[in-house]
Amino acid sequence: MTNNGEGRAGNGAPLRAIDWTMTAITAPSAHEVSRTAVAVSPVAVGMAGAVAGVSAMPADWRDFFALTKPKVMRLVVFTGLCGLLAAPGSIHPVIGFTAILCIALAAGGAGALNMWWEADIDAKMKRTMRRPLPTGAMRREDARDFGLLLCGVAVMMMGLAVHWLAAGVLAFSIFFYAVIYTMWLKPRTPQNIVIGGAAGAFPPLIGWIAVTGEITAMPLLLFAIIFIWTPPHFWALALWVKIDYAEAGIPMMPVAAGEVSTRRQILAYSLLLLPLSAAPWFIGGTGAIYGVAALALSAVFLALAVPVGLRRAGEGDAMKPEKRLFAWSILYLFALFGALVIDNWVLA
Amino acid sequence: MTPQEEEEFKRRRKARNLVFVAVLLGFVVLFYAITIVRMSD
Repeated sequence: MTNNGEGRAGNGAPLRAIDWTMTAITAPSAHEVSRTAVAVSPVAVGMAGAVAGVSAMPADWRDFFALTKPKVMRLVVFTGLCGLLAAPGSIHPVIGFTAILCIALAAGGAGALNMWWEADIDAKMKRTMRRPLPTGAMRREDARDFGLLLCGVAVMMMGLAVHWLAAGVLAFSIFFYAVIYTMWLKPRTPQNIVIGGAAGAFPPLIGWIAVTGEITAMPLLLFAIIFIWTPPHFWALALWVKIDYAEAGIPMMPVAAGEVSTRRQILAYSLLLLPLSAAPWFIGGTGAIYGVAALALSAVFLALAVPVGLRRAGEGDAMKPEKRLFAWSILYLFALFGALVIDNWVLA
Repeated sequence: MTPQEEEEFKRRRKARNLVFVAVLLGFVVLFYAITIVRMSD
């Protein structure tokens, strides 16, 4: 059974009821008897882990590592590091390393909390069903405690070793991702990705604050770039895995508003990204190296978004333009922030 | 628990303990370095 929001638990109940009605006609298997025992007996609930398939083995350390979403963490660490390296001023390498470690730990902790909360949804989607909680490699409570521990260590260490403003923004970003996005908005609105994108936009802002100790226009622009980049990046993916989201009951844009609307919005955000990505150059925050690179990278982004925005996918479509846009969007962010750091070094 | 399962149980526990020790040692070194840097500020 889930400890998630009532809505999701409620949605699954009628289906389970039908399932039980069907199985009552035939002789129940030993496994079904065990499940019934767990459902009706408070004593058996304590054993639910074993019955529901949670391994009696202690979880492997790799399972804990998988909870931190290492692939997402890579991008988070990279953008955080770029914010730190592009900021004016200097930071001692040890303190700089600590700041990035704290950003990584917080991202990992928030990822673990996300997996704890969404274990039942993950189990329904092909992309996520092999995660440690859906496979029963560990108990949900362990994932929750591990996430809270990582987040707590990250915020305290950031405050004590680096800067309390950076620690405050870090704590808010964890709250934003784990509570506002994962628990509140994701299951409720198709705008979830737009708002959730803000959570992923925090790392360069935090990296910058770690150096300067203040929030200025430049780090806010870096925040805005990732914020605007997220919807076309994620919806390009959501367009070809939308059946998964529909089955899991997540109101992702292609499911909730339809494919046509999603494609138009991908195009609109990509159009907006072009001037926004070059804005740090326009306000004099960077040199021409970044400015020209940003315009070129965003122009390619837009060129790839146009076919995605204007076409309609038929039955059995390979979704190549969408996959191409998704792949480019990841490369785009690495290249854009790489250009920012190179520009800063050359100017210095 | 079969002998194989017990073997796997011990292997996992040992691996977790080793990773835990490595992480703890990492933090000890890091906190030492942070303290030295902060004191010289």
